[in-house]
Amino acid sequence: MAADGGDGMTEEVAVLGAGMHPWGKWGRSFVEYGTAAARAALADAGLGWRDIGSIVGADTVRGGYPGYVAGATFAKALGWQGARVTSVYAACASGAQAVNTARAQILSGLADVVLVVGADAAPKGFFRPVGGDRPDDPDWLRFRVLGATNPAYFGLYARRRMAVHGDTPEDFAQVKVKNSALGALNPYARYRKQVTAEEVAASAVVADPLRLLDICATSDGGAALVLAGMEFARRHGARDPVRIRAVSTVTPRYPNTVLDLPDMATDSAAAVQPAAETFRASIARAAYEEAGIGPEELSFAEVYDLSTALELQWYEDLGLCGEGEAAKLLREGVTALGGRIPVNVSGGLASFGEAVPAQAIAQVCELTWQLRGDAGDRQIAGARVGIAANQGLFGHGSAVIAVR
Amino acid sequence: MPRTRTPVVAGWFAGDGDDFRLLGTRCSSCTSVFFPREDSHCRNPGCPGGDLEEVPLSRHGRIWSYTDSRYRPPSPYVTDPELPWEPYALIAVELESERLVVLGQAVPGVTVADLTVGMEVEIVPGVLHEDTETVWTTWNWRPTGVTA
Ligand SMILES: [Zn+2]
Repeated sequence: MAADGGDGMTEEVAVLGAGMHPWGKWGRSFVEYGTAAARAALADAGLGWRDIGSIVGADTVRGGYPGYVAGATFAKALGWQGARVTSVYAACASGAQAVNTARAQILSGLADVVLVVGADAAPKGFFRPVGGDRPDDPDWLRFRVLGATNPAYFGLYARRRMAVHGDTPEDFAQVKVKNSALGALNPYARYRKQVTAEEVAASAVVADPLRLLDICATSDGGAALVLAGMEFARRHGARDPVRIRAVSTVTPRYPNTVLDLPDMATDSAAAVQPAAETFRASIARAAYEEAGIGPEELSFAEVYDLSTALELQWYEDLGLCGEGEAAKLLREGVTALGGRIPVNVSGGLASFGEAVPAQAIAQVCELTWQLRGDAGDRQIAGARVGIAANQGLFGHGSAVIAVR
Repeated sequence: MPRTRTPVVAGWFAGDGDDFRLLGTRCSSCTSVFFPREDSHCRNPGCPGGDLEEVPLSRHGRIWSYTDSRYRPPSPYVTDPELPWEPYALIAVELESERLVVLGQAVPGVTVADLTVGMEVEIVPGVLHEDTETVWTTWNWRPTGVTA
């Protein structure tokens, strides 16, 4: 039995439509970004909103009550039409949870065709905990007791890589150089200017050893997908659609020995031997097992580059290379467009900035466009298999494998 | 009137000087140690659940990693907006016998330039901030041999 509780491969669902609202700092409501993305995905699928039997919204904690019931918020904005509604939250992994919920409804026969939507309107500066005195909330405590912002954790991971694997700030900067060049080719990206290594090195240190241009910004944005059962897709005339073959939503296993956001300490490994693989590595493995696909079969990957150094960590966690070999992979151009396994051809978070509940959905939009051959100047030749991976704080794994 | 000294979180640390310790809890059934303390139930999924007893954590550990905060963190971190921001270092420390990593601020005056991964540090009492009635206390990590 697989760690996710399943017993191996599941049936596939078809991606009939993908749509996004451009990322940026637009100063409008998340509802507007989400409905724009939803309409784009419906148009892409050749379906009307009233053809949709179920809508799944990925929640935002920054939009007040409507953000906590995002599915209903988007359904109302699109015009109530009676569809089944679900709203899910899993921090950065909310989008993958929404995709997984839609898939489960389709595979169980609850719905033929499901609209998945996530959108956010981000605050200025650091993400901060919701207000009030909440000493029982680790997210509140890490700010109150340590002032430990998200970039502080990214700084810890980056320094650890430097000490253990010999990565350098110059390696980290090269991730930004690669991703900014790709983001320049993506009309949905917020940052579309190519960045040089010198510009990264000249930007201010935020959390040693990381600089401003090593760390992803927070953005407004919206993304949506129309998912359907294979039978519905055939009836609808989609003969060779992009298919989602696996969705990993695993949690860590005790003891979790990597310091994770928002915790101030790891579990103790004194009494129980930790698993041989880290939580992040288990996220990808569960997806590979479910898909019946290994890392050597991937055409490309979209990973959650909250920082440049974290992108390198993902290379190892996805099994694209051995432990400590990520910087070498990058230096050799293996993960660049035209390399053996391009990573973040969308431009990644480096070019988008994070719009939390939309981000994992946006990753699947990129998988879809690449697998269809619709990615324009950033198209990967002959893309057949893609993986999108991320990790949401509080122990949320997220990985999606799509094929064509 | 003297200000009261209040821990920023109750029950996480205690003692003065060389007796200062972080306080965790240990499961009487499986011996798992928890920090921050678990007081209701052991989190080891293979454990039927035992009594959780308070235990002081090791005074010394080795640096797992470190960073700093070059910009003023947002509320609820308390800072004086009238004063220029002074960065402080954050250190993640691996405790050998407990086999866990605990994050903490470095003692004032220690910067990232003074630190390396693997360096030995010790736990010392610290002050997070002060207001008119209260001195809010916390824990700090200090490289062994440094006196402050
Ligand atoms: Zn126990």
